[in-house]
Amino acid sequence: MQNQPNMRGLIGSMSDEHSSWPEWVYIGVVVALLCWVGAEAWNVERLVEHVPEDAEIIKVVGQQWFWTFEHEDGTKEVGELHLETGKAYKFEITSTDVNHSFNIHDYVVLLDAVPGRINTVWFSPTEAGEYDIQCREYCGLIHYNMRGKLYVEDPS
Amino acid sequence: MVLELHKPRPIWQIMFSTHHTDVGLLYLIMSLGFLFLGGALALAIRAELFFPGSQIIADSMTFNRMFTVHGTTLIFLFILPSASAVGNYFVPIMVRYKDMAYPKLNAIAFWMIPPGGALIWLGFADFTWYATPPYSIISAPGPAADMWIFGLKILGVSSILGAINFVVTIMKCKHPDMSLGQVPLLAWSFLSSSLIILVALPTFAAALLMLLTDRLGVSGFFNPAMGGDPIAYAHLFWFTFHPEVYVLVIPAIGMMYEIIPRFSRKPIFSHASGLAAFIILAIVGFSSWAHHMYATGMSFTEKTVFMVGTLAAVPASAMHVFNFLATMWGGRIRFSTPMMWAVGGIALFFSAGAGGVVNSAMPLDFVTHDSYWVVGHFHLFVMGTIAFGTIGYVYYMFPYVTGRMYHEVLGKIHFVLAMIGTVMVFFTQHVLGLYGMPRRIYDYPPIPEWIAMNQIATVGAMLIGISMAIWLGNMIYSSAKGPEANMEDPFGLGGRYYYPHTQKNPHH
Repeated sequence: MQNQPNMRGLIGSMSDEHSSWPEWVYIGVVVALLCWVGAEAWNVERLVEHVPEDAEIIKVVGQQWFWTFEHEDGTKEVGELHLETGKAYKFEITSTDVNHSFNIHDYVVLLDAVPGRINTVWFSPTEAGEYDIQCREYCGLIHYNMRGKLYVEDPS
Repeated sequence: MVLELHKPRPIWQIMFSTHHTDVGLLYLIMSLGFLFLGGALALAIRAELFFPGSQIIADSMTFNRMFTVHGTTLIFLFILPSASAVGNYFVPIMVRYKDMAYPKLNAIAFWMIPPGGALIWLGFADFTWYATPPYSIISAPGPAADMWIFGLKILGVSSILGAINFVVTIMKCKHPDMSLGQVPLLAWSFLSSSLIILVALPTFAAALLMLLTDRLGVSGFFNPAMGGDPIAYAHLFWFTFHPEVYVLVIPAIGMMYEIIPRFSRKPIFSHASGLAAFIILAIVGFSSWAHHMYATGMSFTEKTVFMVGTLAAVPASAMHVFNFLATMWGGRIRFSTPMMWAVGGIALFFSAGAGGVVNSAMPLDFVTHDSYWVVGHFHLFVMGTIAFGTIGYVYYMFPYVTGRMYHEVLGKIHFVLAMIGTVMVFFTQHVLGLYGMPRRIYDYPPIPEWIAMNQIATVGAMLIGISMAIWLGNMIYSSAKGPEANMEDPFGLGGRYYYPHTQKNPHH
């Protein structure tokens, strides 16, 4: 017939009818795996968030529906960004209208552009080439085409 | 019980009834109606994304409105009401009470849903189911957004009323001989999900009002131009809707707890472990909301706290999976249609959970966040787990509701097609996310990998669409012309069932 558990405490009744050790072993394995994932994630994130001191600052502004970049020397670019390999860059990201999300997927650069806030993320391009810049947060009519290009060149 | 087979009643008698099985039937029919409507939108979205460029949807605004209404409909107008349908039928019987605790409140909670759904569908808003400010305040067009806000407001009140009813029915109206621990796990799933609703939902109810006054321009809670903070909305929203994810999934797990032991012809491996997992999930579910917000610029400490909170919810879900497998182990399993859906749902639940661990690990979240990975991930829950559990349970309830039997072979074909389709759509979308395709986009650049994976996903979606059409035909035909079911043991399993059809109906 159906299970008629007896509630002399949750743990007590778990061992009433049959041995529960496989479940405890299983939960132990799951918890151990989760601890490992958590510790590893904590460690990696700690390392990737450490911004090098010589990082050049690039100001990134998202607005419906394009990106504007301002280099440290004051030069501005719209929709495209020219950087050099071997240098570290720190993006200071904000928005003038609604939320956007600044994303260079090939370099795992992703951070929201939120009006009224400046979010920072850094990266260091390693290979010359063309990479896609896109918006990853829904921002309205032309969100799908709020794209840009990153050109990475070797230093001359 | 609506055993219309022998004593048919006019439709208005069911509509104005407050009997729990009648309200359950109304919930069931309405939620399935919205499932098909929301599913049709999904098929249109997938068809549009089959090739880059514009296919069948004229412009991006229409597309944006479609995925917004798709998400809102399936969460609030399919998943929540379909769980209420099952709860209405089975909870009073499982706690051995004559009806829900407050029958009129029950009917009121149901009848608030059609106006809420009408507002959402007539408005057809475009700001995603997340209604993110400041977009939703300064940019989202016209009455559509306001209608969405009022629609959600009404649906939220309906959810709270329903939750109060379930909590009181289970805690106060259960048979005095039955201790709370002896209440079957399906009813326990409704108790824990209702308690989560009561704690979580008021936060979003407040956020909706703030959103509305912000839109009217009389306040600036979330509007940076008026000194507000959009991130505050994100916290309020996810404080409700991360626990709400468990509200959606827990009843489906409860339904599997009813199906799996029944068709394995063996008692549940451990009632206490399932019950403990429900309680743990209801508590730990509140410690993880901001894992949706790593990319909003949170500090390292905040991210760490919410990562730990998220990982803490995993063992409870893993306990359910273990319990299901241990129940099936050594059982005389009968793979009738409901069992196939439940087992498929467990497999997809496990996959979805494993993907969730990846999302919550901080550095990996920046790869997957707001990409198609996330779309695949949560659809494995809402489609693969919740809809699979619910559809299996609808097959299981079918003889009790209609007095007739559905067509078994068509039920199995429905399952096989839907399972293949689900794997094709949502596993592929995980990979698509790793290739960097953002979610919520109307069009995409012709990157060969993106095109290939979008096409696989679209074909899978069409398979799901075909399987659902088969289901609809099967249900309509069988409820009118199907063979009469053996009401004592419709699935030929032996053992004791809960008999909704033995409930006395006041109209008979």
